[in-house]
Amino acid sequence: MTLYDVALAPFVEYGFMRRALVACLGLSLSSGIIGTLLVLRRMSLMGDALAHAILPGAALGFLIGGFWLPALTLGGLAAGLVVALLAGAVTRTTRVREDASLGATYPIALAFGVLVISLNGSTIDLMHLLFGSILAVDDMALFLVAGIATVTLLVMATVYRPLVLECFDPGFLAALGGGGAMYHQLFLGLTVLNLIAGFQALGTLMTVGLMILPAVAATFWAREIGSLALIATSIAATSGLVGLLISFHIDVPSGPAIILAAGAVFVLSVLLGPHADLSRRLRPQTTRLDPT
Amino acid sequence: MTALTLQRVTVRYGAYPAIEDVSGVFGQGALIAVVGPNGAGKSTLLKSIAGVAEIADGSISFSGADRRVLAYLPQKADIGSNFPISVRDVVAAGLWRRYGAFRCITAHANAEISDALGTVGLLGFEARTIGSLSAGQLQRVLFARLMLQDAGVILLDEPFNGIDAKTTADLFGLIRRWHKERRTILCALHDLEQVREHFPSTLLLARRIVAWGDTDMALSPANLLRARSLLESWDPPAPRSKAWA
Repeated sequence: MTLYDVALAPFVEYGFMRRALVACLGLSLSSGIIGTLLVLRRMSLMGDALAHAILPGAALGFLIGGFWLPALTLGGLAAGLVVALLAGAVTRTTRVREDASLGATYPIALAFGVLVISLNGSTIDLMHLLFGSILAVDDMALFLVAGIATVTLLVMATVYRPLVLECFDPGFLAALGGGGAMYHQLFLGLTVLNLIAGFQALGTLMTVGLMILPAVAATFWAREIGSLALIATSIAATSGLVGLLISFHIDVPSGPAIILAAGAVFVLSVLLGPHADLSRRLRPQTTRLDPT
Repeated sequence: MTALTLQRVTVRYGAYPAIEDVSGVFGQGALIAVVGPNGAGKSTLLKSIAGVAEIADGSISFSGADRRVLAYLPQKADIGSNFPISVRDVVAAGLWRRYGAFRCITAHANAEISDALGTVGLLGFEARTIGSLSAGQLQRVLFARLMLQDAGVILLDEPFNGIDAKTTADLFGLIRRWHKERRTILCALHDLEQVREHFPSTLLLARRIVAWGDTDMALSPANLLRARSLLESWDPPAPRSKAWA
């Protein structure tokens, strides 16, 4: 088996593999920076919660239109944005922290979503919505992914400065007259959009993996936001490629294969990355005075 | 000339008053230490002036201008000191008034940033990330940012906590320079020696104003004792910081 057979032939010979790869690359483009900021803002779990929150909306869309993309997308988008706004409002008006309020919302969303799908669909439909079907993405889904990546990168380029400042030193931005809450909500909105983009391909339960895993892995390789985002994007794209190939050659579901590829990069980064505390700890300690 | 007037300012966290009924006038060019036991409301007072803490009662007014003339350096704990951001980007935030969220940072601004870094003794540190700095160096960076803010009123919250002596001395030099430039400076401190050495006047706080005026007068043993007992009448005794023992 040549390298061509292993790495190129599947994409040359099969249209569905090409489309899946393009979808992965599109997702990687914008999820790199979104994931990096989620991690920096200590919001990785919130990303997870928002991903779950998409499900009931998508489920209602599914009730109306089946697997028709606009219904799924609009439903998921509406549900995701409502939960993002609600969580923000609950946090501002009560003493519940945002992660706690999201943690309280998303089991409800997940349960409701599963219930709605079960009312009118089969177990296979449920599996599709939960875990995605990247090998079945059509042109409309590709345009959606590409469009969301474009919008995300443009908006991020515009609000990058206040977003980073609000993240690094919220007190400073507040003393300057604020706007912090607005940028925060905008960022949550972009996060929901990107989860929607990934939802068709990877499903509600795994789309957040392609966002968070590469971003966390990147923190072991770089120390500056720009490079973090670039590395995260590269890791996500590579995971997409490798995951698709693995799924093609040994015939396993592609969504989990992609996420596991990203997981493997994460583990390697923890072990080998120059900024991994672990690799430092495993090296012989010569400077420590008190080796307890 | 008056820079800043407080009228019966009260700030509460829940039902619990952090500062109560604080009134006073800060003249332009005043250099004032804000002193008090732990929990006296020093940080809260600065936060309320900076507009970060919500005022439950009373009012704060700035003469001739609003909060935009103001620069505020919160306590170190509020800042993500391991955040992956370059020194240049942190200092550049000091130019926010001029460049805001969207305008392009010009070559001229970059020169100003480098100058400010030079003034705080960090020439050539532009590309370093915050995580690679010592606590003292990080504080120098934040002072460079303050400098670029070019504010008429400067609020510093415990700026020398856990900072080495050399850095503290250098940064006090910068504070003296701001004082000469007729900027109004309020600085929360717990080290009474530093206060006596560097600040002509002092505001002694224990939720309410205990004393305000000439530093030696404000920090008289009787006043310090009163500040302590005022706070303890509210709370069970908390472990005191060294300066107050």
